[in-house]
Amino acid sequence: MTAYIIRRLLILPVILFGVTLLVFAMLMVLDPRERAALYVSDVPHDPQVVQEIIEKYELDAPIHIQYWRWLVGTRDSETGEIRGGILRGNLGWSHTAQMPVTQAIATRLPVSAELALWSIGPIIGLGVWSGVQSAVHHDEFFDHFSRVFAVVGWSIPTFVFALLMLLIFYSGLGWLPPERLSEWAKRVVWDTEQFTQYTNMNTIDAVLNLRPDILLDALRHLVLPVFGLSYLIFARVMRVMRSSMLETLREDYIRTARAKGLKESVVVNRHARRNALIPIVTIGGLLFISLLSGVVITETIYNLHGVGRLFANAALAFDVVTVLGLVLFNGVIMVVGNLVVDILYGFVDPRVRLQ
Amino acid sequence: MKLVKQLLRNPLSLTGIVLIVGFILIALLAPVIAPPDDPEDRFDIPRSGYRAQPEPPSWLSDEEDLSPGDEDWHWLGTTEGQYDIFYALIWGTRTAFKAGLTVTFASLFIGLTIGTVAAYYGGRVDEFLMRIVEVFMAFPFLLAAMTVATVLQPRLGKGIWTPMVALIVFGWTGYARLIRGDVLSVKQREYVLASRVAGAGDLRIMLRHILPNAIFPTMVVASMDIGTNVLSFATLSFLGVGVQKGYADWGQVISFARNWIPVLDEFWFIIVFPGLTISLYVLGWNLLGDAFRDILDPRMRGSRGA
Repeated sequence: MTAYIIRRLLILPVILFGVTLLVFAMLMVLDPRERAALYVSDVPHDPQVVQEIIEKYELDAPIHIQYWRWLVGTRDSETGEIRGGILRGNLGWSHTAQMPVTQAIATRLPVSAELALWSIGPIIGLGVWSGVQSAVHHDEFFDHFSRVFAVVGWSIPTFVFALLMLLIFYSGLGWLPPERLSEWAKRVVWDTEQFTQYTNMNTIDAVLNLRPDILLDALRHLVLPVFGLSYLIFARVMRVMRSSMLETLREDYIRTARAKGLKESVVVNRHARRNALIPIVTIGGLLFISLLSGVVITETIYNLHGVGRLFANAALAFDVVTVLGLVLFNGVIMVVGNLVVDILYGFVDPRVRLQ
Repeated sequence: MKLVKQLLRNPLSLTGIVLIVGFILIALLAPVIAPPDDPEDRFDIPRSGYRAQPEPPSWLSDEEDLSPGDEDWHWLGTTEGQYDIFYALIWGTRTAFKAGLTVTFASLFIGLTIGTVAAYYGGRVDEFLMRIVEVFMAFPFLLAAMTVATVLQPRLGKGIWTPMVALIVFGWTGYARLIRGDVLSVKQREYVLASRVAGAGDLRIMLRHILPNAIFPTMVVASMDIGTNVLSFATLSFLGVGVQKGYADWGQVISFARNWIPVLDEFWFIIVFPGLTISLYVLGWNLLGDAFRDILDPRMRGSRGA
């Protein structure tokens, strides 16, 4: 196990290096003028001034030099100030968010995290429950029904489903609105005298501020996105859970449990389900990471200002610095997250002897 | 032939076949069903006027002087800017087939090449190529594809190619991994050794002896990905980094609905018809792929994606 972790940790920098190379390669597709935005917050229209910026930061230098500068930044020859440098956390200036990319991520991440935190429960819960039921009632009605239900969910585009939900529950019935809060609640939350924003996650802040009315309002706005994500994603958990459960139910110790006269519910819930849950650690972890990195469509349609929304807006406005900064951030999160999930897996299942 | 019989017996795969055959017919008969004004610009959705407010389907409207075949007759209504939804859906079927098949086959080709070479030569080559695969897999697929599309748009233009290339660039990794595993086991077989003893070159061994025996599981997965790729393509268009406005593409048509969310119940037709079309299309491929897998790979019966 330790050897495995060490091996993975050694590969980690290699992968991260590859990630930066790939992002840098995409950056080099752009012309020097477009790359100037990495260093200055406002690219001027005057070609003369742009030319000066290009020369100052040597944006037409050989590729390996540019790559090195992109990593560690360049020192301004007059002021001695260091600009750029992704290793220093300077991902450039985001035109879309009107602040540095790093800061934009910090402000937007809580919004995506709140959605992820509320969604992961229903996704795993629903997936595990229906997976177990399908396996226990293998080839019976429930099994077939849930399979069809899942294939249909798999086939509906996220944006179509979200728009249909809004059609019914927002413009039709007027029950569940988009965005994160109602107007009155926004005024309360932004008023620093009444309300302190500890985490920027409205539901948690509302609890910490002892404001049940804000909590209810925030939850009302979360229902549709959480429901949409759960329906479209739970099927992945269900499939894994179903096959894992089917396999476990064939094990000898299950036969033993039945033979010694245990109730069926005890056999299923205590003996089989617990063991079948192991692969869910991996898939659950990976799902959560991918939710964290922003669900672009859900955030765009429900007008939630999370990381995914920022990404979509930046892509639309050709704000390449923001796009590449975010994709780099996501790449790093995925690589590290994958590693953590892998290691966790080894702890949860002692039988795993990873080479 | 046994395969076809099995596919036709299962109600789910039969539904899938009916759906896909239906869409193929629509794509082939597009010029008859929705004749274009100008055969040169068949993929430009015709518009009647420039009014922002969508028009409901003509058979629901109060105007009595309209009859089918009129210039202003819209079977499924119009979107914002008066694009005809019916025309967009019919010709969008061709776009969907083009995008789905091209993206899948191109990704499959790249994946097969890299995965086979990695597994066949092994050692450092394998290590190096698999690290590259891992780097590409480090990025969330949709975000990565959006990024490529953004960067490519000024170079390739806002046509059908930008989103397709974007999806291919990050779409091949799964196939590379899959085929690698199977090639690794096949290359140990005796007949491979035999052909090497007989003096066959690397390329010949790979193409004639290894690939035909290893390619099957990857092909099954690829067949299930056609629908997913159409979904991703539509998503890029929906988000605005795909084809240009007015191009006959399903995702692009649905994107018009975004400005009408508060009054969507009044303009339900701008989301219901295109949404239904794309969902049925993807459902068709998914049902078909599911059935393929069940029949071809009994071990996996009923546990797709596991």
